[in-house]
Parts: sequence; structure tokens; C-alpha cells
Amino acid sequence: MAAKRTVDAAATHGLALYREMLRVRRFEEKCAELYSAAKIRGFLHLYIGEEAVAVGVMQALRPEDAIVATYREHGHALARGVAMGPLMAEMYGKVTGCSRGRGGSMHVFDAAARLVGGNAIVGGGLPLAVGMALADKLRGLDRVTACFFGEGAVAEGEFHESMNLAALWDLPVLFCCENNLYAMGTALGRSESEIDLCLKASSYEVPAWPVDGMDVVAVEDAARRAVTTVLGGGGPIFLELRTYRFRPHSMYDPELYREKAEVEEWKLRDPIPALAARLREGGALPDAVAEAMETEIAKEIEDAVAFAEASDWESVDELERFVYAEEAAP
Amino acid sequence: MSGDPAPMTYREAMRQAIREALLRDERVFLMGEDVGRYGGCYAVSKGLLDEFGPARIRDTPLSESAFVGAGIGAAVNGMRPIVEIMTVNFSLLALDQILNNAATLLHMSGGQFPVPLVIRMATGAGRQVAAQHSHSLEGWYAHIPGIKILAPATVEDARCMLWPALEDPNPVLIFEHALLYNSEGEAPAEGHTVDISRARLRREGRDVSLFAYGGTLAKTLQAAEALATDGIEAEVVDLRVLRPLDTAAILASVAKTRRAVVVDEGWRSGGISAEISARITEGCFYELDAPVARVCTREVPIPYPKHLEDAALPQVPAIIAAAREVVGNRG
Ligand SMILES: Cc1ncc(C[n+]2csc(CCOP(=O)(O)OP(=O)(O)O)c2C)c(N)n1
Repeated sequence: MAAKRTVDAAATHGLALYREMLRVRRFEEKCAELYSAAKIRGFLHLYIGEEAVAVGVMQALRPEDAIVATYREHGHALARGVAMGPLMAEMYGKVTGCSRGRGGSMHVFDAAARLVGGNAIVGGGLPLAVGMALADKLRGLDRVTACFFGEGAVAEGEFHESMNLAALWDLPVLFCCENNLYAMGTALGRSESEIDLCLKASSYEVPAWPVDGMDVVAVEDAARRAVTTVLGGGGPIFLELRTYRFRPHSMYDPELYREKAEVEEWKLRDPIPALAARLREGGALPDAVAEAMETEIAKEIEDAVAFAEASDWESVDELERFVYAEEAAP
Repeated sequence: MSGDPAPMTYREAMRQAIREALLRDERVFLMGEDVGRYGGCYAVSKGLLDEFGPARIRDTPLSESAFVGAGIGAAVNGMRPIVEIMTVNFSLLALDQILNNAATLLHMSGGQFPVPLVIRMATGAGRQVAAQHSHSLEGWYAHIPGIKILAPATVEDARCMLWPALEDPNPVLIFEHALLYNSEGEAPAEGHTVDISRARLRREGRDVSLFAYGGTLAKTLQAAEALATDGIEAEVVDLRVLRPLDTAAILASVAKTRRAVVVDEGWRSGGISAEISARITEGCFYELDAPVARVCTREVPIPYPKHLEDAALPQVPAIIAAAREVVGNRG
């Protein structure tokens, strides 16, 4: 794909990728701040360090494709085009939030973006994604369901059952395993007898590709190839996106299980400065442009916070709405 | 484990109980997600890995069905495992093992294979962690014959229920309300025991019996204090054991007060509150001066925002109102 583009187009696209990752990073930093200020409550899982994964994969998806994600999904929502205002309002629990404020940080849903959560049960999204893909296949719709999950989910039965079903029935699922090496405090090597995740997926006859998840261009390339294959009727594909979370698992984690030096080493591979350096080399990111971008993003975040602050709480009278459907299903 | 009574948190009481069990019986081991290096997702097992090593403080992968099932197998085969599940919502991934194996093996094998296992898990709402981390399903588990269900609500019970649970030849599930971990209380002196087959009277009264357990006990005691200022003396019974229910204690209290309110963080329909109400009706219908009242969680998945979560859960004013109502119906 990249070869077909003109140099200018490639630079423009590179800038867009950079901008998107930066938006996610700054949004997450703001969330951490708002958590300290007790504006955001409950559990908060930040995506800082992993931005290249969601941003890269989203490039390959079309509006009609669907996404299933985890509790660490703010980046996916933003990269998918969920507006920052409703996303921030969801963090606050306001009625203008994309899930009416009922889900909070872990349960971002957006039907228009075809984002089906925000699932906080590890592994819980995989069977759902398989079913979404089954429906597309039965309905003859040429669509992909991208399912994001951490490497911790690979230990759950639901992972194995879903791999098998998707392969057995040739379903259009793009499995995106975000391997950040730790499931809370448990390192991959302490929870898996076989740490080669691609081997596991391959054992179900699901083609599996390891990808440098700190390189947004590599992620995008792999995702584009994968989506093309899946849409061509090739059945599911498994991407192991090798990445790292720079922050604690959630806001409660004392991080007793990893060395500071390891975190610092991974930070040297931070996907955002890495792309910035490449863009600068090609002259595509002059300082003025970078600064303008920061200013725009800061303004977008400021507006989102203002929107969330100004929004109403859902009325308590509405509490029992949507336990059952109010209208026929679409 | 000091000899004297001491103030401590519920978390510390639980930790000391686990430590005591590990010291007393070499067949005891703890396993679950992040119980070792991470120190437990509620920091209950902090420090235990250093003291007892990885063979007895076993970190497991995210495989609830497998490690709960493995606990059952180890119990059948001579060990005394304590299995920790992070929260009750995740226990649903292990429900097959709990119901189809732990609760069933002894009876199905004609009495040959007891399962002396303890499963601990956090339960309950109130922390704004939304619908997949907040449910109270202990009453639902209490539907299952073959397992015992404990709900320690005090530091004393957190400290003292684990050992008798391990001595019990049956699978015992211990539900720890997540809001209780930071609560403080007096832990009893060494050697103190509690009876895990009995409810416990937490406050005496003559006008109405309030039944509560786990996360609703403190709210119910607060309601009782408020009622007392109105001249209504409420008796508060801490159920503590949801299966088998201490029916005798329930009926004895109602026989005395002639009125009952059941407070439950579970949902109302088909919940443990319905069971308690039915037992009162079956056992002492003619002694009642008013219909049994219930204060339960609204029938919704628990929402994230505080005002909606508060509105969904049983709260002190609702308990007071329900008690006033049944007392007003004195006739
Ligand atoms: C079934 C289940 N078990 C346990 C948990 C608690 N928990 C939440 S996140 C997490 C770690 C998951 O790690 P991973 O899948 O690698 O994703 P990451 O958080 O690293 O993005 C755990 C153990 C849960 N949410 N669901």
C-alpha cells in the first residue's frame, strides 16, 4: 500500500498517525490527573505506551467493521473516531457519555462506531467477537470484527474455545492480542508453559503473525494485510502485537512485580517519539507543526473536560431503563 | 498471631487467618490470581509469598475454571487448599467446577469423595466499578446443596471463620465484601473460635428483627441506632451463614419481635431474602404482626456513577423506612 502513495501522501498519513497517538497519550494523561482529582472513579486502566496498537489497527478497519475491546479501551475508542466529549463524559459517569455514563472507563460502547465494549471480564470479548463474525458470515456481509485482548486472556478457556470456533467455521475475526508482557502482576513466563502466543493460535489453524507493537507503521501494515486476508474469505487471523504498558495496571497497583529499569528500557521504544523522529528525518514534522498539534489536542481535551463538567447526571428515575429492551431489536 | 485481642483491619484479620492456617496444617496452601508477587488484588496475601514460598502461595494464570477445579482435585486427594477468586463476577467462569464438581462429588459418589476445600472471593458493590465487578451473588450460590456459604461481616469473623471452614469436610465458600477490607475492629485473642453454623445476634431489640449479613450489616446497625432514637428497639441478626441457614435463630428472633425486615445486597427476585421470608412464613406465620419486608438491591446491573449506584443499593434510610412501616402495622 505504502509504495503506491506519493511521498507527500505518506508524510500526511504519518502525521495523522502521530497525531492520533498523541491524542490518546494526552487524553490518558488527563484521565490520570482527573482520577487524582476524584472526577473519575472506580477502576482506571491507561493505555500509555500501547498507543501504536489501537491506532495502527484502526487504520485497516472500515466504518462497517466492528470492534470488541477490553477495559483498557480509551485508545481504541478515540482511534475509532468516538468523539472525545462523550468519551470524557463517560469517564465522569455523565448522561452525555457514550454509554450514558453507566459504564465508566471500563465499558465504553458506541453503536455508531460499531464499538461493542468495553468488556471487563478477561477473555469475555472473544466469544462475542466470534458471534459477531458468525452473524456477518450468515448475513453475507463482507465485514470484519476486530477483537482486542491482553495476553493474560490467552490462559482462559474462552480464548481457546474462540480460536477453535473461529477457525472451524472460517469466521472473519481479526484477533488482536496486545502482549504487554504482564497480566496485572503476572509476567507471561509465569503464567504460560508455552510463551509463543502465535504457536498457540497456529495450533488451531489460525494464521498468526508477531508484530512490533511499538511501531505504528508496522502495526498498520500487518493489520491491512490481515484484513485483506480475512475479507478474502481466509478465516480468522491472529496478530500478536508486542507492546508494553508504561503505567501501573490500574491506579491501585504498587508495581511490586517489575523492575523500574525494565520500564525505562521500554520507554526508549516509546512509539510516539519513535514516529516523530522518523517524520522529522523526512522533514515532515517541523517544530511549528508539532507545537500546533499539541495546542490543538490540548484544546480538544479542554473542551471535552468542559463538556463532561457541564453535562448532567442521568436521573435516578431512569435507573431501571434498559434492563429490558424498549423497542424491537434492529 | 498475638495472644491478646488487638484492633486491626478486616484485611489484616483475613491475612492472619490464612497465615495461621498455613502454620497449623501443612496440607493448607493458597492459590489464585496474583496472590503471590502482587500480594493479592486486595492485598490480603501481602508478604505470604516471602514467608511460605511459591509452592504454598501459588500464583495462577487467568484460568478460573482450571484452578478452582484443581483446588477441588487437590482437596479430594489429601490437601486443604484455599482458593482465592479475585471477585465473585469472575467466579462465574468457575461455576461449572463449583456446582458440578465441588458441590456434587460427595453425594454422586455415594459418600466416597468429600471435598474439603475453601474458596474465598470478594463480593459486593459500592466502589463505582460498574456492572462486571460489583455483584453480590452469595445468595445465589446459597441455592446449591453441598456447599456452605459464609459471609463474615466483622473483623472477628474474618479472623476466625477460616480455620473452622478448613476443618469442615465440605466445600466452603467465603464471601468478603470488598468495602469491608479497610474496616477496623477488635480481633479476638488467640484460640478464640466462632461457630460457622450459627447466625449471631449483633443487637438486641423487642420491636422488629432486622436480618442482614456481609456488606449490609453495618448499614443495618446504623439504621437500628437511628430507630432507637425514635423509641423503636430493633434487633439485628447477622446471618453470617447463608447456607445452611440458621433457621432456628431467625425464627427465635421473629417469635420475640413479631416483625421482620430482611436486608440484602442481592437482587430481590429469587434471592436469599425471599428464602428467609419464606422460612419465616413457614415457621412462624401466626406469630407475625406484619408482613415480612425486604430491602434489596434494585433489579439492575450495578451502574458506574455514584448517585445511580447509591440508588441501586440498600441504604440506611430505606432500612429505617421499612422498619417503621412494619412497626406501624402493629394493628
Ligand atoms: C475473568 C477475569 N479474571 C480476572 C480479572 C481481573 N483482572 C482484570 S485485568 C487483569 C489482567 C489482564 O491482563 P491482560 O489480559 O494481559 O491485559 P492487560 O491488562 O495487560 O491489558 C486481571 C487479572 C478479570 N477482570 N476477569
